[in-house]
Formats: sequence, structure tokens, C-alpha cells
Amino acid sequence: MMTLLRERVACSLAERLDQAPHPVARSADAGCPGSRGAARAKMAVDGLDLWYGDYHALRDVSLEFPEHQVTALIGPSGCGKSTLLKSLNRMNDLVEGCRLEGTVSLDGHDAYRSVSVADLRRRVGMVFQQPNPFPMSIYDNVAFGPRTHGVRRRDELDEVVERSLRAAAIWDELKDRLKKNALGLSGGQQQRLCIARALAVRPEVLLMDESTSALDPLSTAKIEELVGELRRDYTVIMVTHNMLQALRVSDRTAFFLGGEVVEAGPTDGLFTSPVDPRTADYVAGRFG
Amino acid sequence: MGSRSRSAASHSSVAPLRRRASSLLLRGLAYAGAAVTVLTLGSLVVFVLVNGVPHLTPSLFSGEYTAQNVSLVPALAGSLLMAGAALLLAVPVGVGAAVYLVEYARRGSRFVAFVRVTAETLQGIPSIIYGLFGMLLFVSALGWGLSLASGACTLALMVLPVIMRTAEEALLAVPDAYRQGGFGLGAGRLRTVARCVLPSAAPGILAGVVLALGRCLGEVAALLFTAGTVAQIPDFGGSGALGLLDSCRTLAVHLYVLVGEGLHLDEAYATAVVLLALVAGLNALASAAAKKMRKGSAL
Ligand SMILES: Nc1ncnc2c1ncn2[C@@H]1O[C@H](COP(=O)(O)OP(=O)(O)O)[C@@H](O)[C@H]1O
Ligand SMILES: [Mg+2]
Repeated sequence: MMTLLRERVACSLAERLDQAPHPVARSADAGCPGSRGAARAKMAVDGLDLWYGDYHALRDVSLEFPEHQVTALIGPSGCGKSTLLKSLNRMNDLVEGCRLEGTVSLDGHDAYRSVSVADLRRRVGMVFQQPNPFPMSIYDNVAFGPRTHGVRRRDELDEVVERSLRAAAIWDELKDRLKKNALGLSGGQQQRLCIARALAVRPEVLLMDESTSALDPLSTAKIEELVGELRRDYTVIMVTHNMLQALRVSDRTAFFLGGEVVEAGPTDGLFTSPVDPRTADYVAGRFG
Repeated sequence: MGSRSRSAASHSSVAPLRRRASSLLLRGLAYAGAAVTVLTLGSLVVFVLVNGVPHLTPSLFSGEYTAQNVSLVPALAGSLLMAGAALLLAVPVGVGAAVYLVEYARRGSRFVAFVRVTAETLQGIPSIIYGLFGMLLFVSALGWGLSLASGACTLALMVLPVIMRTAEEALLAVPDAYRQGGFGLGAGRLRTVARCVLPSAAPGILAGVVLALGRCLGEVAALLFTAGTVAQIPDFGGSGALGLLDSCRTLAVHLYVLVGEGLHLDEAYATAVVLLALVAGLNALASAAAKKMRKGSAL
């Protein structure tokens, strides 16, 4: 997996260096290993407008998130990346005075009308910027979601906890201390525990909001590698401040500015040959 | 022009000195404050122990109170019953109200602000006013007479704002990340509050309960008009729940009566030792529990 990742990075960086940006239409598949052809949209937003009180935070956003791909959302801070992410699993419902128009869909069904909130949040899991394990044991953290959704049997819970921790690549580190409090773990371990906790309810989509920005480089690398593997079973949508990270782990990238999507497409293409001059400026580090 | 520059120069050389002097002064005040606090507490405890411990005779602990033995056992039982009943009423209501204000009510709503100001005002009201109110409501209007029930309800009203405000602060201090984590996994508000938020607020809530317990154990004024001063253990054995309507005295009231009568000053000191030990013991218990909770939630 790691070698595949490195190849991809090397490949896209080479492209980035070799090709001058040129505004031409691109095919969905840029020819790098890892980027894939057109896949079914697991989630989509269409004509989404969102207001916090009077503040118009998202303007006519339309995006598709293909199944089993990693989509990165990039852009300067305050441009609405987290806002979009939170409207995908209705976390914005908790914000006083937040109002939205347009549609968010999951598997083609309206995520706000044809699914219950609890069900939507089970199917669309979220990992936050700061690791936020609950003040309870590692085991109980992972079992929290399944218990919420009615799993009570001990053997079933044991199985889910092990499977989830394995999926988050942290089982070997934690298997002997499942009864210990989760707050005693390092930041990187906590974040992987939070990923395991999100995976425990068998979500279909995983939302990650700058989930490595509070971590050291080594933990970041582990989580990036993990995300690369998670794409096999899940659809991942991640916000990142780090363009190299988007380049390393994502298949598709959407660039946001002032609440609007400026450009979206396959990651390699977006970085090497952005269509919009603002994207080119941002990717080249000229602003933001 | 010349005088101005001279004054500026002298000013700049004097300023650090002055700053040093004022920091010395502040430090002196801090030390003096600390010394006064520690010395007061220390001498108070020593005074009570010296005067009280020699009089901790077995007769003080005999089961039945008589004018001869002035047994403090009924008062000890009264203290535990009174404080226990008051907290049993006030803790669920106070914590429940705090949970509502922090977790359910709209943040920054007028209602929440109003309740908060009210609770703060109630905290500042002298306990004797609570006593008068309890006498009018529980003793007279409800006809409970001078009783354990009237006293406990009065104390519950008195400590309710304390418990509510501390619980509210404790809940407000819980990071929103826990709530988001719970909601993000599809848990409802009730489950999120009960499993993610309350456990980490528990030590803070407990601190408020301990504060309230201390006030219950030390209260006299509010109980004189509501629970009376009969030195007996409420008779739950004979009359069951009707024991709640028996009058009883707490250790603090007992102490007050003994000193007031002026006949048993030595026994009063001994009673003070027991009251002090009771408060210290319960505090130690509570802080051990809080430590355990914190360890459970932080390490
Ligand atoms: N709860 C909120 N209430 C009001 N305004 C908000 C709220 N959350 C975010 N905003 C505003 O919406 C804009 C987009 O925020 P956000 O989505 O967090 O940006 P990003 O994640 O791209 O940095 C910002 O201007 C921010 O100030
Ligand atoms: Mg953000």
C-alpha cells in the first residue's frame, strides 16, 4: 500500500513539475495508479446554499462524491469546507440559525428527508479535527456507536471492537489495554481510535475534517496510509489544509473559495493543470 | 522644556523601583492573607479539639437523650437524616435543571439568563429567610409541623441554587467535542448527555454537592423554625414514613441549644468536635470519590 502511495505521489509530483498548467478539459482518469474511472456517486450535493443567520456560507455548491474514492476539499480557511462536510451528515442541525436550500443525497435518496438523522449519521460517519475520544475505556469508546444502535450482545460487541480497531490499524497497539481509559493515549492513537469508533457502526461514508492537523508527522503518515486503505470499503471525504496531503491521498479534489466551488476534478489534473486561474494561484501557494 | 525633560528622566529611573515596591507589597499582602487563613483555621481546630476532646465521654454517645447525659446520638442521626433527605431532593432537581439549561435550552436564551440570575440571587439570601419561608409553607400551610420533612425541604430549597449553579458550570466546562462525537455517531441528545457529557462533569457536580452538604450540616437558623429542636431520632420503626413528620435536631442545632442553655458547655465543645469530624470525614470521602472519578475519566 505504502509503495503504491509513494508511486502515486511521485507520479503526480512529476506531472506537476513537467506539465505547465493549461486550461483544457481533462478526462476523468489521469492515468496514474490509484485514480479511477467514473464511479457511481455515493453522495452528492446539488445547488446547495447555506446560511448561518444572515451569513451566506455556501453558495450554489454542486459536487459528487464517487463511491470508494477519496475526495479532498481544499481552500483557504473560512471558505466553507467544514460547513459543507457538516451538511453531509446534518451536524449543522445543531447550529442555531443555520438554514440550507438545495439537496444532499446519499445513494440517490434525499439525506434530509428520506433518512432519519440517526440513520444518516450512522451511515455517514465523522472524524473531527481534534481527537475527541470520550472519557471512558478504549473498548467502550469503540462500542459506543454499536450500543447506540442497539447491539447489546457481548460477543457481538467484542467482535465489532476488534474488527474496527483492526480496520483503523491500531488493534496491535491497543489489544492489551482495552479496559484503559482512552484519554491516556497519545494524540495520534486517539485519532485512530476515533476512526475506529466511527467505523464501528459500519458507515458507508467517512467524513474527515482536517483530522491530521493536530498530529505529529509520523501519526499523520499513519493516518494517510490508513485512509488509502479505507477507500476500498468506504467513501472518504476529507477536508485538508495541506495540499501535499490532498495530492498524496485523494482521488478527487474540490477547491473552495468564499463558499463556492471554484473547481473540482481528479486530483492529479486539478493540481497539474487547473482550469481556473484562482485554483492555479492557490495550488501554487500564491494565496490562502 | 528643561524641567519637562528632567521630570521624564527622573520618572524613568523611579518607575522600576516603584514597580518593585508595589510587587513586594502585593506579595506581602498575599503572604499575610495566606497566613491569616491558615492560622485562623488552625487555631479554630486546635481550640475546638483542646476544649472538646477531653469531654468526649461514653455517656455522650448513649442511645437515649436525657437532660443528664445530653447524648448527641439523636442529633448525629438527625444531621445525617436531614442532610441526606435535603440532598436527595435537591441533587436530582438541581442537576436536572442544570442539564436542561445547558444541554436542552437554546444557548443564550433570555430564559436561561433569567434562571441564572434568579439562582444567583437566591444563593445570596440569608438562611433565616429560607427558615421563615419554610415555616409558612411546610410547617403551616402544608401542615407538616416542625418536622424532619419540613426541615429537609427547607434545606433543599436553600441548597438548590448552589447545586444548580455548580452543575451548570461543570456542564459548560465539558468540551463540545464530546457532544459532537456523540451526535456524530447517531446518538440522541439524552444518550449523548448521559454517557458523554455527564461523566466528565461529575467531579464538578460532586464539588457542588459537597458544598451543599456542608451548608446543610452547618445550618441552624433555617431549621429552628422548620424542624424544631426535639432531641429524638425520628421514629421510622414505629410509625414508618410518618417518622418524617417527627421533629428532630441536627448537630448544629444541638450545639446551638446546648450553648444557649449554658449548662453543658463542655458537652457543646465535644459536640463541636463530632460535627467537625463529620464534615471533615464526608469531605474526605467526597474528594476521594472525585479523585477516583477524575482518574477514571482522565488517565
Ligand atoms: N456556527 C457558525 N455560526 C456562524 N458562522 C459560522 C459558523 N460556523 C462557521 N461559520 C462561518 O462560515 C464560514 C465558513 O466556515 P467553515 O466551514 O468552518 O470554514 P473552513 O472549514 O473552510 O475553514 C466562516 O466564515 C465561518 O466564520
Ligand atoms: Mg474547517
